[in-house]
Amino acid sequence: MTAVTDREQLRYVAAQAADARINFEIETEGMTLNLGPQHPATHGTLRIVAKLDAEQVISAEPIAGYMHRGYEKLCEVRTYPQVTTLINRIDWLGSFANEVPFILAAERLMDVEAPPRAQWIRTALFEMSRIANLVLFAGDTALQLGGQTAAFYGFRDREYVLNQIEAVTGGRFHPNFDRIGGLKDDLPKGWIADTKLAMEKVRSFCDEIDELVTGNEIFQIRTRGIGVIPGDVAQSYGLSGANLRGSGVNWDLRRDAPSGMVHSELDWKVHVHPDGDSFSRWWVRIQEIREASHLVDQCLDGLPSGPIMAKVPRIIKVPAGEAYVQTENPLGAMGYYVVSKGDLGPFRLKIRSASFNNVSILHWVLRGVYVPDIISILSSLYFILGDIDR
Amino acid sequence: MSQILGVELAYWQQSILRSVGVLLAVLLPAGLFVQVFLFKMMSFMQSRIGPNEAGPYGSLQLLAEVGKFLQKEDIVPAKADRRLFFLAPYIVVASVLLMYVAIPFGPEAFFADLDAGIFYILAVSSISIIGILVAGWASANKYSLMGGLRAAGQLIAYELPMVLAVVGVVIQAGSLNMFDIIRAQADGSIFGFSALGNPFILTQFVGFAIFMVAAQAELTQPPFDMPVAESELVTGYMTEYSGLRFLLFFIGEFASAGAFAIIASTLFLGGYYVPGLDMDASYMNVVGPVVLIAKMVLVGFLIFWARFTYPRFREDQLQTFAWTVLIPIALVNIFVTMILKVVF
Amino acid sequence: MSADTEAEASEEEVQSEAEAPEEETAEALEPDPVREALRDRLGAELGEALVATDLASGVQLTVRVTAEAWRTAGLVVRDQLGCRWFDFLSAIDWLPSPYGRYEDDGMTPPSDPDTEIETGIAGGETRFQVFARVVDTAAHTDVILKTDVPDDTLTVPSWVTVYDGADWHERETWEMFGISFDGHPALRNIYLPSDFEGNPLRKDFPLIARIVKPWPGIIDVEPMPAEDEEAAPDEAASKESAPEEGESS
Repeated sequence: MTAVTDREQLRYVAAQAADARINFEIETEGMTLNLGPQHPATHGTLRIVAKLDAEQVISAEPIAGYMHRGYEKLCEVRTYPQVTTLINRIDWLGSFANEVPFILAAERLMDVEAPPRAQWIRTALFEMSRIANLVLFAGDTALQLGGQTAAFYGFRDREYVLNQIEAVTGGRFHPNFDRIGGLKDDLPKGWIADTKLAMEKVRSFCDEIDELVTGNEIFQIRTRGIGVIPGDVAQSYGLSGANLRGSGVNWDLRRDAPSGMVHSELDWKVHVHPDGDSFSRWWVRIQEIREASHLVDQCLDGLPSGPIMAKVPRIIKVPAGEAYVQTENPLGAMGYYVVSKGDLGPFRLKIRSASFNNVSILHWVLRGVYVPDIISILSSLYFILGDIDR
Repeated sequence: MSQILGVELAYWQQSILRSVGVLLAVLLPAGLFVQVFLFKMMSFMQSRIGPNEAGPYGSLQLLAEVGKFLQKEDIVPAKADRRLFFLAPYIVVASVLLMYVAIPFGPEAFFADLDAGIFYILAVSSISIIGILVAGWASANKYSLMGGLRAAGQLIAYELPMVLAVVGVVIQAGSLNMFDIIRAQADGSIFGFSALGNPFILTQFVGFAIFMVAAQAELTQPPFDMPVAESELVTGYMTEYSGLRFLLFFIGEFASAGAFAIIASTLFLGGYYVPGLDMDASYMNVVGPVVLIAKMVLVGFLIFWARFTYPRFREDQLQTFAWTVLIPIALVNIFVTMILKVVF
Repeated sequence: MSADTEAEASEEEVQSEAEAPEEETAEALEPDPVREALRDRLGAELGEALVATDLASGVQLTVRVTAEAWRTAGLVVRDQLGCRWFDFLSAIDWLPSPYGRYEDDGMTPPSDPDTEIETGIAGGETRFQVFARVVDTAAHTDVILKTDVPDDTLTVPSWVTVYDGADWHERETWEMFGISFDGHPALRNIYLPSDFEGNPLRKDFPLIARIVKPWPGIIDVEPMPAEDEEAAPDEAASKESAPEEGESS
């Protein structure tokens, strides 16, 4: 081949290749956008692979597992008290609430019942962790939608509740306070009065948020009618908590399947909203914050005296059996299936976390929405990464 | 600007004064807004303190920020279109600088006295859209591209309500010239009571409202900050910019906030005119800018207050709002102004 | 309510120790008409497929069905029993772990590991069992269903067409245990990277963290200041094991 032919051939090939490139690029079949794993809106390391047609979603798939810590395997090599310290990191915002179903399951297998005072304090702390969790939700949802100020109010008012939790348990986020058979310690002096003040502040926060966010017209048009989940779809996916009650399904484990806590002796309401959109989920949660603050007040008013811990052997060996306890945690229904073989630790621990089911619906609910609506839906479904990924 | 306070200036002295002046005119509002509103006012509204380490009460935070940005590493994405990437911030800043040229700071303190003053300002403010689009495209980042496209749609859509709101003022003043507009407000009278002049905000309150809303959108501030929606697009078209280039965008954003605030105070609040002081006296060349800055801070307060409070619109809701709500109201405003101008 | 749990918990213990996979277990001290009705209904609908039941009165109803009837059982509980809320689906590996379990056990497997499989409530004949729970939110009743996974194929029918939520749970069970679900559209990893080899929740899959760094991590005893001057650098190494210690007696 002569040099000229070479060059001509090269030019021909280059022209062909350039044509091929142009044809490939002009063929627009949708842009794939990765939301995450590092993204301001995804509450942690959740990745959503969205195929977009301009600003509309053709398909969206959540990819979890960036924070998978292998809880179920880890718990198989730990004793029961050691498991307690591990599991309150599953949903790290609703700190105390993670420990409760596991403790109740172990107590059921051991045929031990916590004394009444411990049960009442357990309920109070349970509801306080719900408040801490949901107040953050309120601030964060407003932040995701652009109202930066509400987030700071949320953090500010959450401090009151966290201070109270710290005063009694020693830890703001990871209390490690629940024990099989009761609680670790009794309440410090003056705690009840301070907690009632904190509940007052929580209620005033709810009023503030209602004025600042809920009634805001822009917030309403960003959330009403967005991400509608009908009740039967919600049930089929196993959504729980405010997601289910926001879709019109009247089911609350505190009322319908109480176990080990004293909700049945207190006076409170379950809030249900029929719409099933982002706004209804938001609304249900704000009402739940108010309701939880009243529950805490009632718990503290009716606190019986007595021991704080039942008679439990020092080395805890749980008899053989299987037990499943599920409670209405801040994020939804969280349950632990404990399989015991009479050992120091569980043989198999199946952790049913609420956010796992809540996030599995994303691929269904995100079809056809706009990109900003993805954010609205994500924040209204309210998951915590540790809860999804365990 | 041939003389200030009775002193005759040579041409080269005038040029230096103009160059320094335009930099000051751009940086002063930007710095003022950032320091007072963004750092401190936003913090107080959000029940926190804000920067309080750098200087007394954090007053030197601005210096610290500028220094920080200047010494950052210059990162350019590998696939970015380099020339466009470098060009984009300068287009935005150029647009803002050009806006300040036609603003009257005092009877003799101005950079250019244009007959079509306000028309020129509105036209030139649109150039920043090109800069934003270029930034979004050249960043080779899907988030930036989406931000740039959203910005283009939004900014073009909100140009119209702004122009129509200004038309009402122009009709009432009878001229496009900024000085004539100020004079019309100064010489006017409210039902015969002429001590306060006739600030157009009283008669053009609808126009003022529309202008403020449209200005909020032009500045891509919440509730219209879809292009920069932090929770979705990280920072939209500015995502890939760091260091000096980001600083230029930042300055451009706040300087144009200042520019729109100054324009609003000129059109609606009377500009550098203060009732009681003679408009054409030569001391107004010094007092005038101060008065204007004060009015700018007032209007800026409104802009930033809305910024920190409201959630953001989705862009289709934003567009609907502009086209189906703001423009019809602005047109009605023009009609009414025309009729009342003829009648009275 | 609390008194009941006490009674049934002891009842449950008695039941689980009695090995009777083919018969229905003894009646509770207190009758539980709701759960008994459910159990009878299930028996009527499933017939031969219902292998065993366990009724802890006032607490829990567990039934075991054959693997072939797993999907049918799901349809029955959803449509006939009205349990439309899907809780979870997972598996249990009944093989005793050949590795040590606690602080004093080493993590190297013994030369002759104990391979006797002892199953739990409602019995079982295979190493793996798949279990799921569904709830009727209107009537506040629930059922736990179990099935034996055939040892040779390790496959059970999929529940994806019965409950939408089963999709993710089956994917997790597949990646953690290696159990396939017949009829699932796309069984792929949900937590682990796609090139991960092995099924972590099986008992014969070691907990690598324990082998790499045996409990309780690197022990670093800080010497008294007078004795040793260069004690500082090793502090950081022992911090890694600190979260595991938790609350030990």
